Amino acid sequence: MKLRRTMLYVPGNNAGMMKDAHIYRSDSVMFDLEDSVSLNEKDTARFLVFNALTTLDYGGIETVVRINGLDSPYGREDIRAMVRARPNVIRLPKTETAQDIKDVEELIEEEEKACGYEVGTIKLMAAIEGPLGVLNAYEIALASTRMIGIALGAEDYVTSMKTKRSPEGVEILFARSMILNAARAAGIYAIDTVYADVNNEEGFLDEVKLIHQLGFDGKSVITPRQIQPVHDIFCPTNKEIDHALKVLEVIKEAESKQSGVISLNGKMVDKPIVERAERVLEMAKASGINIDELEDDYNE
Amino acid sequence: MKIVKTGMAGSLESSDVLITVDSNPGKGRNVNLNSIVKRQYGKQILKVVDETLEQLSVKDAKIRLEDKGALDCTIRARLEAAVYRAAGSESYPWENLT
Repeated sequence: MKLRRTMLYVPGNNAGMMKDAHIYRSDSVMFDLEDSVSLNEKDTARFLVFNALTTLDYGGIETVVRINGLDSPYGREDIRAMVRARPNVIRLPKTETAQDIKDVEELIEEEEKACGYEVGTIKLMAAIEGPLGVLNAYEIALASTRMIGIALGAEDYVTSMKTKRSPEGVEILFARSMILNAARAAGIYAIDTVYADVNNEEGFLDEVKLIHQLGFDGKSVITPRQIQPVHDIFCPTNKEIDHALKVLEVIKEAESKQSGVISLNGKMVDKPIVERAERVLEMAKASGINIDELEDDYNE
Repeated sequence: MKIVKTGMAGSLESSDVLITVDSNPGKGRNVNLNSIVKRQYGKQILKVVDETLEQLSVKDAKIRLEDKGALDCTIRARLEAAVYRAAGSESYPWENLT
């Protein structure tokens, strides 16, 4: 199971952050060639990200590059350079329709062929940042077999919706739900928007708990300080792990006795409960918890 | 590549380098390095500059570096950007830079 709990934004023209991006152990690092780079530095940022990706070893951390849109003068050159720099994922901003993804995919494929690389190696992610994109989320998610996830970009979205962000996030609930539902239906990851008020730790934790409860796979983060709190909230608790182990144990027992209806502590255990338990254990393992040891303890 | 104007790239922030490339017709390469780590890494920095200029086929240029502890890949990136700016070129042969 690939974890994408945290995707750390790294401005593409910041040499210091580029150098240190991997030491904070986010699940992914995202080098940004778009909004965090001023128009007169697009070329230098491209050179910097290109050289970093072709030289530095990010120690197995997933590398993502947010390119400029194809409606800008920079998007095509970004693709030419980044296909050769070979990040794991290219992220397209402000995706409105499935065609936006298909257009990017076509250019990537062209460059992959020109370089003699295996076609399809570079994966794609779409950031959905407007009302049309939200309504097209499912088609966007299915637009290419390279798609690994869709992400909400809330700042542009709320502006288009003629509102602003609130601590409760009620104004983006529809967009979050649409994106999440589309991602689940398409079988790809759903990544939540950034939390910009970096000094409001309590507000940040509330938001992470909310998106975890909704079912998101992770969140874009804008400072290394936001990484560990997200990982902590996404890590299953001991109680959840214990319950998951018990569920799998009673299922195993029931299978050996060929019994039909199964219950645990007076509650029926059916397929969704088993799937949830398996996911809890998978997430715990991926988070670095030694489940085999816990299983041994449990079986003793 | 032929340098036709002044090109600059980079910054004076920590881990970065500010590079200025100027024309120097018929006089070869003239590299001026100012670095906080010149004593430790000066030779290595100049080697990276030389290799990069060679790769970009820059014969005549004045290069000034204000280094704040940049990695080799950052020096290369900033120098490439400054040279392309100084050559007035926006056609980047990424395949040769890989």
